Amino acid sequence: MSEPHAAALSARNAEPARPPHVFVRAGGAPDLPPPGLVGGPLAWAQANLFGSALSAALTLASLAFLAWALPDLVRWLLLDAVWSAPDGEACRRPGAGACWAYIGAKLEFFAYGSYPREMTWRVDLTLALGAALAVWLLWPGARRKGLGLALFFGAYPLLALYLLHGLGDYARALLGGIAALTGSATLRDVARNALPLVPTNLWGGIFVSLLVATVGIVVSLPLGVLLALGRRSKAPVARFLCVMLIEIVRGVPLITVLFMANTMLPLFVPAEWSPDRLMRPLIGVALFASVYMAEVVRGGLQAVPKGQYEGAMALGLSWTNMMRLIVLPQALTIVIPGVVNSFIALFKDTTLVAIVGIFDFLRAVDTQRLDPAWAGPTISATGYVFAAAFYFVFCFGMSRYSLMMERRLARGRRH
Amino acid sequence: MSAQALSASPDVAIEMRDVHKWYGRFHVLKGVDLDVARGERIVVCGPSGSGKSTLIRCVNRLETHQRGRILVNGLELTDDQKRIEAIRRDTGMVFQHFNLFPHLTVLENCTLSPIWTLRLPQKEAEARAMYFLERVRIPEQAHKYPLQLSGGQQQRVAIARALCMAPKVMLFDEPTSALDPEMVKEVLDTMVSLAKEGMTMICVTHEMGFAREVADRVAFIDRGEILEVDKPEAFFLRPQHERTKLFLSQILR
Ligand SMILES: Nc1ncnc2c1ncn2[C@@H]1O[C@H](COP(=O)(O)OP(=O)(O)OP(=O)(O)O)[C@@H](O)[C@H]1O
Ligand SMILES: [Mg+2]
Repeated sequence: MSEPHAAALSARNAEPARPPHVFVRAGGAPDLPPPGLVGGPLAWAQANLFGSALSAALTLASLAFLAWALPDLVRWLLLDAVWSAPDGEACRRPGAGACWAYIGAKLEFFAYGSYPREMTWRVDLTLALGAALAVWLLWPGARRKGLGLALFFGAYPLLALYLLHGLGDYARALLGGIAALTGSATLRDVARNALPLVPTNLWGGIFVSLLVATVGIVVSLPLGVLLALGRRSKAPVARFLCVMLIEIVRGVPLITVLFMANTMLPLFVPAEWSPDRLMRPLIGVALFASVYMAEVVRGGLQAVPKGQYEGAMALGLSWTNMMRLIVLPQALTIVIPGVVNSFIALFKDTTLVAIVGIFDFLRAVDTQRLDPAWAGPTISATGYVFAAAFYFVFCFGMSRYSLMMERRLARGRRH
Repeated sequence: MSAQALSASPDVAIEMRDVHKWYGRFHVLKGVDLDVARGERIVVCGPSGSGKSTLIRCVNRLETHQRGRILVNGLELTDDQKRIEAIRRDTGMVFQHFNLFPHLTVLENCTLSPIWTLRLPQKEAEARAMYFLERVRIPEQAHKYPLQLSGGQQQRVAIARALCMAPKVMLFDEPTSALDPEMVKEVLDTMVSLAKEGMTMICVTHEMGFAREVADRVAFIDRGEILEVDKPEAFFLRPQHERTKLFLSQILR
């Protein structure tokens, strides 16, 4: 202890009843380490797993449960599993675990449905391009995101449509006609060499699930934002229309929306204009997701303080710029958990399109387990575990990504 | 008070004639007349709830007046959104609670509107922002986020942000009343130096020292009416209206 401290203490000790009237601190107090800072896994376990009697009991119960469930699970999933086999013979043997050989044999079908095998590169290319664009857009700190956005929302959907669907006879004839009229050789070559048509009734599997989910996500965010803005707008007609749409679609189960899209759209639209059988559920899913997104976004808009609007208006920003640059960035940051929650729900809800005859991934898994070459006691379980793992990986990935973004965005705004 | 002819002379920055405003049935502004000459500094004071904020928020249409006329730099405020935006571009406002954009850095706060409404190139907007951040003496904070700064620093950023639009008029709505006492001075100093350079200012404030130092005129408003406008010496030494005397006796002790 330094000189002045000791002096002050002894002064106090001399007259314990009376605190000194005048006190001036000299020197500074030393920095001491905080108490009880002991590291190591043992200290961690003691603090977190056995901190109290209840916590210790819960820890023990959890360990007991794991000890009971894990060995069987590991045995079924890994040790007793059949990893390669030409058909279901090996998997039917008693005591056999998961039949991964079956997944391997059916993987192409699970991935592409009945899409012609020699053309699956078109699907692969579409998915790869989409994934590359998605990484570009989602990568924190990536450059030129404006261009990425334009490509993703503008060029990519058209390119994907062409790649996946190809040119039908109509389009080919139309292009050929234009080529003949204008005498353009390039157009004629395009018309002649364009990718052949793959009708949507051959599409299926994982790629259709991803397609439905992607369309839902890509449409629902901007449309949801527009609906939310419309619902809060001062123009009564716009507000009324948005409220109507939101409340009606939200008040109806997705299955009903899908049935209605499937059976009612053709009633209102002339037959030759009637949307494709895959297009109808796509519209239904996108609409349904948008309406939920609108309500999530509205919550965020309400959480942005009035002062932010006033600050933006006082600077002379137009309404569009105020919303785009000030309000929406803050509102959307606030609702990231809700948005991702909607995306996850949407991703899993895509399995419902099977009800209107779309051959999505789960439907593909569901039909193949009855294949006589493979049918057996473990086949169904294997297929569904595989499907569950697939959905889990995607949903968990989204959840982790959103957590990371929340942390990044929260950085720099703490006091 | 009756509506008088509007002069629209270039020497007048703001003209308010018989301005009325109601919140529902509540009559907040009851025929306010006020002229602010170019380069003039006016301090507005009055009891809480008297309509001070409402008055200056009418000048840049954050509130809409329902009767009377307001001209800002010769342009009359109407429902025309384009004109409102033009008037706002020429009218800087500083709020009690700063209203900085928390998701943007200090520099981005200052360059946002110059880039998007004045269409300045980014380089130029940044140079201008740095110039004004130096003026308010916080250039070193340019890359921080607003909430990482102290209240006084945030308010100085808010002033710099408004100045980056090169406004012809500055409106201050109690800029120091949300600040801790030791930060009031740094903000007032900034405002004093701005005033000394000839900026046209309307300041709602209870900082009577500031009013004495820089104001050309002090206006006292109570229950939605301007009761007295005078030069600061006269206003503080020889207030005429009974309610002005009462108000001054309460805040100057
Ligand atoms: N949006 C509103 N709706 C209804 N009444 C309002 C609204 N804003 C303000 N008022 C009322 O109008 C009156 C004037 O408000 P104003 O904010 O202009 O007062 P002020 O003089 O700035 O007071 P203060 O010193 O407390 O800031 C107050 O009585 C207030 O309650
Ligand atoms: Mg006020």
